[in-house]
Order: sequence, then structure tokens, then C-alpha cells
Amino acid sequence: MASRAELERDKASDRAGWLLSSPALLILAVAAIGPLFIMLVYSFLIPGEYGNVEWGFSTDAWTGILFTRDVFDDTLRLEDAHLTILWRSVKLSLLTTVFAFLVGFPTAWFIATRPPKARALWLFLITIPFWTNLLIRTFAINEIIRAEGLLNTVLLWAGLIQKPLEIIYTDFAVFLGMTYVYLPLMVLPLFASIDRFDMRLLEAGYDLYASRWQVLRRIIVPVVKPGIVAGSILVFVPALGAYVTPRILGGGKQMMIGNFIELQFGQGRNWPLGASLSVTLLIIVTAALLVYVRFANRERGHG
Amino acid sequence: MPGSLEKMIKKTDYRECRPLTEKLAVEARNVVKAFGAGETAVRALDDVSVGIRQGEFFTLLGPSGCGKTTLLRLIAGFEMPTDGLILLDGQDITYLPPNKRPVNTVFQSYALFPHLTVAQNVAFGLEMLGKPKAEVKATTERMLALVKLEALAGRKTSQLSGGQQQRVALARALAPQPKVLLLDEPLSALDLKLRKEMQIELKRLQTETGITFVFVTHDQEEALTMSDRIGVMSAGKLQQVGSPRDIYTRPVNRFVASFIGETNFIPARREGNGLRLGEGHVIPLPAGMSPPEGRALTLTVRPEQVRLCDGAEPEALPATVASLVYFGTDTHCHMVLKDGTEMVARLQSPADGLSGLEQGQTVSFRFAPGAVQVLED
Repeated sequence: MASRAELERDKASDRAGWLLSSPALLILAVAAIGPLFIMLVYSFLIPGEYGNVEWGFSTDAWTGILFTRDVFDDTLRLEDAHLTILWRSVKLSLLTTVFAFLVGFPTAWFIATRPPKARALWLFLITIPFWTNLLIRTFAINEIIRAEGLLNTVLLWAGLIQKPLEIIYTDFAVFLGMTYVYLPLMVLPLFASIDRFDMRLLEAGYDLYASRWQVLRRIIVPVVKPGIVAGSILVFVPALGAYVTPRILGGGKQMMIGNFIELQFGQGRNWPLGASLSVTLLIIVTAALLVYVRFANRERGHG
Repeated sequence: MPGSLEKMIKKTDYRECRPLTEKLAVEARNVVKAFGAGETAVRALDDVSVGIRQGEFFTLLGPSGCGKTTLLRLIAGFEMPTDGLILLDGQDITYLPPNKRPVNTVFQSYALFPHLTVAQNVAFGLEMLGKPKAEVKATTERMLALVKLEALAGRKTSQLSGGQQQRVALARALAPQPKVLLLDEPLSALDLKLRKEMQIELKRLQTETGITFVFVTHDQEEALTMSDRIGVMSAGKLQQVGSPRDIYTRPVNRFVASFIGETNFIPARREGNGLRLGEGHVIPLPAGMSPPEGRALTLTVRPEQVRLCDGAEPEALPATVASLVYFGTDTHCHMVLKDGTEMVARLQSPADGLSGLEQGQTVSFRFAPGAVQVLED
């Protein structure tokens, strides 16, 4: 049984704990929760004439995400353009995640199975793109795939194609750019996971009559799954909110949520819609994370 | 005359072994395994030939780096030999991948699958073989019962103790009923008490399942107590193959004699019908041996076969006690012969622990009949 003095001491140490963590809590409140709260409030206000907001409650920004109000009879119709943007965002982000995994996994495996010295070099090479601004790297891709770009010039010169391939300003260009940009974020956590993988398990698998494919599917993938989940989150989340890549490689046409939000705060002068879209993006990301966490936990818990 | 040396080494005697079929489960023929290439190549196995009989507990014994694990990995299929053949039941399996060989391995590190439960680990091989679900379930339960782990079937392997993990590894390797079970120093990670228990357990499993066991160890006691036959390896070569008694009592060379148990090495030379020990005494030539005359020989005698005796006995040799070391059950008496040859006798300690000997005392000793072995090198 704790004595009164002990209880007092516990309370005192609790207070001290709160006091000590107050700077961190303050930063969290000001820098993370505060802005989110402002966004949430703005999403229920009325757009101002020249941007900004007017104080007055409205749910128009929320219905405006998926619907449009008919000018004449005030009925709601599904807004195809918005749906297209949302669908494109989710589709391209998923594709990017899957493709980054397909390319990143062999890469990470290759690096993890090199001798330690070479491994450090390969990891270093993987991080080099981070040294350059995202904008510049994206323009570099642009330079390669545009109509008179490197790729088309070479292919034309080699006589493999008769007219330039139309890659730039398509969904494919955005997907290509995002895969390139986010690939290191897939490779690094995968590497960390594979590096810890006990290679002797492969021999145990072969010894127990598993084929190479079965060893991959039944042993390697389940064991390195934490790395796969982490890498997928690190790629999917920023891809969903990508702004620069779709802007430069998708032109103005192939918008994703990020560009759409920017549009509302800029030329669109509809800050509440921008705010509601931002909150929607946050909800999609949180939902995706929850699914992942649930998935990962169930695997760990079961049996 | 090197031929006569070979003749004097008595051929392996299997009377002590339990009856075994002469059919070979595994055979290695002139196997060479070199790592690296050119000048820097290391011969981990240098022309090794051995036949392992069906249903026997065969141990590969040797110091680390002697090639015993390499030979095991060649049988498992994890490595391919540079030269030579590996046969299983008379079939050439030299280049067959490991997942096509009816051979399973218990790894030194156990290599249990961390994402699977105990039961799933045991079932893995059966599932990969495509056995029907009911059979997988029944066999898994039988195997878990065999290693007494039924209660832990649903546990993750990370929640098990070292001894339990060892049992899972055994059950997992035995479940697909391999023709040969390979065990790569499976007991080395266990503490002494557990190791003794597992030695008995392994022997029981081998007897119950009747599966051929090929066991790799550097622990001579483990090898002596568990094996039907032992293959002693050193420097990539098989030094001697025989029953534990053969290996201990009739070692063929200096390495085998010194690696297993303690022994005395005595330089000697044949002189007529006798052997001169060092520069001193002459003992009669042991029965059945005829080493060449005039060549330097090495005799080996186990310390427990050196007996103190009355100086009046015909074969008694005089010596001086150099030191006495008390080991509890026995006392080691280090002696020096008059020409400087050293010799250790292991004497059973009397009830009061006092051997009644003193340093500097002159004693007489003789060798027990049949205890003297003449070595090749």
C-alpha cells in the first residue's frame, strides 16, 4: 500500500513531468494542431470575394468536394472533374507505391547482400538525389521525356520511332516522376528490414523443399513485412499530396489533390473548399495508415 | 616399406556396433571442395570418401575448420563439390538442389522461421511437399509429441528457450521423414546440463525413427557417447572411420590419438622382437604388429592403461615420479623414465584420496595388455 507521502511524491513527479514536456506540447499545439484547427474552421465558412473568408457558417465547401450546385434549380449533381482528380490522386499514388516496391525490393536486397564496405557506398548513392532540390530533379525528368527531350531524340535518331512519344503531360509522366522521386523512401526502410533478415532462413527454406518462389513468398516477404509497410507508407502518403511533380510533369491538365487545393487558395479564390479538400486528404491518409496499422498488428498478433 | 605400416593397422571391427544393414544411405566419393580460385584456393575437403550406412548414427568429428560442416553442406545440397560425387541410396545427387533432396538439416543456429508458430514451423516442410492438409496436421502433432512440445504448438518461436527451439528445429527437420537427417553442431548453443539431456533425447529419436543421422560436432565426448560410428576429420581429410571403441583404442595416427581423449606419445624404434622406448628400455613387440625396423616410430598408450606394478614383474619398467595431480576420481601420476621420456599414468584414487606416492620416488610400471598402439606418423 502506498503511503500518503508516496502518493504526494507521485503527484509531484507527475506535475514535474508535465512541466518538462510543456515546450514540446506547446510546439505541437502551435505548429500541428493549431493550423489543422484553423483549416477545419475555414472549411465551414463562406468564401470571400477576393480570396480569404467571410465569417458565416456554410457546409458548401464540404458538399463542393463531390457535388456541384446547379445554377438554375439549385439541385446537386456529382462533379465529374473533382471525382476525376480524387480518383487520379489515389490511383497514381497506389501505382507509385506498388511500382516503387517492385523496383525497390530487388534494389534493397542487392544492397543488403553486398559486403559491408560496398553496402555503405550503395546506400550513399541512394541518398544522393536528396541533395538536389525536388524542383530541379523534376525538371530533369521533364527534360528527358518532353517531346524534343533526350529520350525522344535518341529513339528518333535510332529510328525506333517515327514521331515523338507523347509522354509528358500524361498520367504516366506523373507516375514516372513520382516513382523516381519517392523510390529512395521505399528502398531505405526495405534495406533496414532486409539487413536484419537472417539469410540462414533461406537455406532452412530450401532444405524444407521450398522452391525459390515459395521461399520468397512464404519466408522473405512475411519476415521483412515491417519494412514493406513502412516503405509503402513513406511513399503513398507524400505521393497522395504531391504538388510539384504533377504540376511540372502533368502540366495544368493532370491535376492531383495537391494542385487542386493550391488552385482553391490561388486563382479559385475558394479558401473554404481548399480547406475542406485539405481535411479530406488528411482523412484519406489517416484511414490508409489505420488500415496498415491494423493489418500489421493482426499479422503480429495472430497465432 | 609404407605398405607394411598399413597392414599393421587392424581393419575396423564392428562387433561392438548394433546390427546395421550394409546398405549405404549416403556416400561421398573422392569429394574435393575448394573455396576461392587459383593460388589462394583453400581445400576445405581434400579427396574425402566415406559411406554412411542406413539407420546409423554417424558423427563427423573434428576441430573447427576441418571441413566437417562443409561435407554436411554438400550432402544437404547447399554447396556443390569441386570434384567427386555425392550419392544418396546409390543415386547420384551431387548437383541436385537442396529442395529436391529427401534430406533435412538441423541448423546450428536452428534457423526457425520467426513469423511462424511452433506448429507452423514443423508443418512447413510437409506443406512444401504438397501433403494433404489432414496429413500435415496429423504428422505435425505426432512430431510435436515426439519432441514433447504439444503444449507450445501455438507459441511464436521467439518465446521459446534455447532447448525448446532446439526441439522445434528437430521436429521440423524430422517431420518430412527424410532419408537422412543432418545435424550441424545442434547442441553447441546449449548449456552443459541441457546438452546432456539433448544427447540422450537425440539418441532416443534416432532409435525411434530409425532415420540415418549424420551429426557434426567438435565435442569428442558427444561423439563417443552417441555415435554408432565416427569419422574423425582434420585439415579437410578424413583421418579415421570407426566405432567409438575403435577410434579410442586403435587410433591410426597422432591426430586421432590426441584429439580424442588424453594419451602418451612415446618415440620408439623396433629392435628385433622388441621396441626400444626412446633411448632406454625395450618392451616386447605387441602381438599382431610388425613395424619396419630402423625407422622412428611413435607409440601411443592411454594414461589409464599405464599400471603401477611390482618391480619384480617381467615387463616392469622403472621410472621416477615427477608430479602428482589429484582429479577426484583419479590421480594423474607424471613420471620420467631414465632416458628422459615422459609418461602419464592415470591411477584410480583410493577411498581416502591418498595415492601413497611421493614426488621423486622410484616406481615400476607396465602397460596393460594390448594397450600399446603403433602410429603411422
